[in-house]
Amino acid sequence: MSDGTAVGHAPQAHHTTTGISHNKMLMWAFLASDCMFFGSLIWVYMVYRGRSLEGPYPQEILNIPYTSVSAAVLLLSSLAMVLALHGIQHGNMRRFRVWLGATAALGALFLGGQYFEFTEFYHHGLSLEQNLFGTTFFVLTGFHGTHVGIGIIWLVTLILMSLFGRLSPADAERVEIAGLYWHFVDIVWIVIFTLVYLIPY
Amino acid sequence: MQQGQPVVERAHPGPVTYVKIAVILAIVTIIEVATYYLESFFGAALVPILLVLSAAKFVLVVGFYMHLKFDAPLLRGMFAWGMTVAIGITLAMLALYKL
Repeated sequence: MSDGTAVGHAPQAHHTTTGISHNKMLMWAFLASDCMFFGSLIWVYMVYRGRSLEGPYPQEILNIPYTSVSAAVLLLSSLAMVLALHGIQHGNMRRFRVWLGATAALGALFLGGQYFEFTEFYHHGLSLEQNLFGTTFFVLTGFHGTHVGIGIIWLVTLILMSLFGRLSPADAERVEIAGLYWHFVDIVWIVIFTLVYLIPY
Repeated sequence: MQQGQPVVERAHPGPVTYVKIAVILAIVTIIEVATYYLESFFGAALVPILLVLSAAKFVLVVGFYMHLKFDAPLLRGMFAWGMTVAIGITLAMLALYKL
């Protein structure tokens, strides 16, 4: 599938047994394992959902409008990421840097929002050891936030490498692999947003 | 398969498709949040609706932004395997502890 406005990037065959880049395959294997990691955190959250014996309870403190904006910010960062990849694949390093910078900035905005949310919850009496909701919520969303943080460091590293001439359009696959990680962080949030925030308690 | 043999991959989409997907994702998110506020209207159908909308967003991001729709079937299989195990364990644990 290709747009009328831009020629789609044609994947190239690699000289490997499968014809697929080993690095890319390794990243997909990691993402498959990370599915299981987050799957474990999610089922623990779901099992203990609604079983807290004392407050604060989720329906008292979850802020849906605020988190909806955070979710939109992360979705927008995914668009910026894929546009950055398109830029480097087509040899446009300036466009690559601008969109990758936007991705990292939106990721940082999401992370800042999460920090604010955690702080607010803490002021309302919710801590890691307060009740089952606090334990499972902070562990699940905290590990997701950690993933976002690692992603931001990765993206900034790529920007710096390109500025110092260590990253060129020939290295587009490095950006594609970072992009896979970043989009994965986004899809995990899509699931968390629904299961933790939107499904009524 | 011989080394270096071309795999079945198709060209990735361009910016116009990516922006269209972003618009669809934004609309689905708005519908999700609106559905949340109309809980009394949807009743028991609320949870299935939210899960379907969430799954739609998930598939769009994986298919178009992660290019799994266009990349080699082997990669789809690897990710599907991880997802299947994760969903299977989640459902098994929910059945074990909730039912």
